[in-house]
Amino acid sequence: MLEVRDLACQRGEQPLFSGISFDVSAGELLWVEGRNGSGKTSLLRILCGLSPAEAGSIRWRGENIRGAREVLLGDTLFLAHANGLKDDLTVVENLRFDARLAGMNAGADRVDAALRACGLGERRDLAVRYLSQGQRRRAALARLWLAQSRKLWILDEPFAALDAESVDRLAAHLGAHLEAGGLAVLTTHQEVPLPAGRTRRLRLDH
Amino acid sequence: MWDAFVAVFARDVLQAWRRRADWLTSIFFFVIVVSLFPLGVGPEPALLRTMAPGIVWVAALLAAMLSLPRVFGSDYADGTLEQLVLTPHPLTVIVLAKVLAHWLLSGVPLALIAPVLALQFGLEGEPVGVLFVALLLGTPCLSLIGGVGAALTLGVRGGGVLIALLVLPLYIPVLIFGAGAVEATVAGTGAAGHLSLLAAGLLIAIVLAPWAIAAALRVALE
Repeated sequence: MLEVRDLACQRGEQPLFSGISFDVSAGELLWVEGRNGSGKTSLLRILCGLSPAEAGSIRWRGENIRGAREVLLGDTLFLAHANGLKDDLTVVENLRFDARLAGMNAGADRVDAALRACGLGERRDLAVRYLSQGQRRRAALARLWLAQSRKLWILDEPFAALDAESVDRLAAHLGAHLEAGGLAVLTTHQEVPLPAGRTRRLRLDH
Repeated sequence: MWDAFVAVFARDVLQAWRRRADWLTSIFFFVIVVSLFPLGVGPEPALLRTMAPGIVWVAALLAAMLSLPRVFGSDYADGTLEQLVLTPHPLTVIVLAKVLAHWLLSGVPLALIAPVLALQFGLEGEPVGVLFVALLLGTPCLSLIGGVGAALTLGVRGGGVLIALLVLPLYIPVLIFGAGAVEATVAGTGAAGHLSLLAAGLLIAIVLAPWAIAAALRVALE
């Protein structure tokens, strides 16, 4: 469903990568590997259309995303390195805003269920500024429990700052997403229990 | 689309309510700057009345500018701006919601306070009403034009000063017609022409500014 051909990226004058080609089809996960500065985040940002690629093409559902960006955006959930949470709003307000913006008519019970699934049920009415780093990450990840209709998950270091229990929970949720025919592209430095058999690897540095 | 507009607007207003101190500073800045002039210039009624429109408007420009870095700055820093850009909704709609929230929080209070401050300058009657209307028409222009400056300087070092250099020259027409409306009323020639030009400027800004802001935001996020 996601076809990438001969993708190249430049940062300033420095070429980051070139000639990257891969396919991700329904039910598959692409694990992007590489050392720091090899362009993993840049690749993810290009995939969701935040940055332009130097060369190459990206097709989603058979259409080049340059012409049909809305189709891709309607299907994609991007979780950046920054959590995208407002410090002054409570956890539940942040999530409800995200859900509304994404056009998901998420009732209070669904938001609560998502928060409980991430182990933040008791912190729901706390302003985000009072959360620890790991709890913030969990609050950002709670979007994954809300946005089950989004087919393509693009996750930048989703496991960073999480405790072992949360890592397992997220890995299981990823597995369920793939099982349901979803796609995922993610970067991680940790050895995590990614769903076997459905995971493909892409190394950026050679 | 409408839902996204309301969601962004409501979030920005709620966020500002939680951080009221930030917004109150620019309103107090306006009050203090305007109040300094009668103290500095001395109690000469005719002189004060002539200067009043210009002083109120210049203070309004500066106060509106003071709050500009916040419009997109905090969203940029915490990553919510990326999430806003990545929604399937048109970015211009989202931008318009943010600018409307900025106007409600920074422009409307200025327009409400200005008639009270005008008393210090001996303005009374019709000119005060015109000042209020002119501010109501002019401050959304300030928010829209300022939004372009705020978006262009996003992530730039020394962005605060740069905004002033970018935006203040663009505020000049608003200043001329806004202050001119009140002066014309004082002089007895009627403010209709000036107010119409302000309204026309507002309409042009509503059409062009969100588009320019959206383009600048996309560049800033690349």
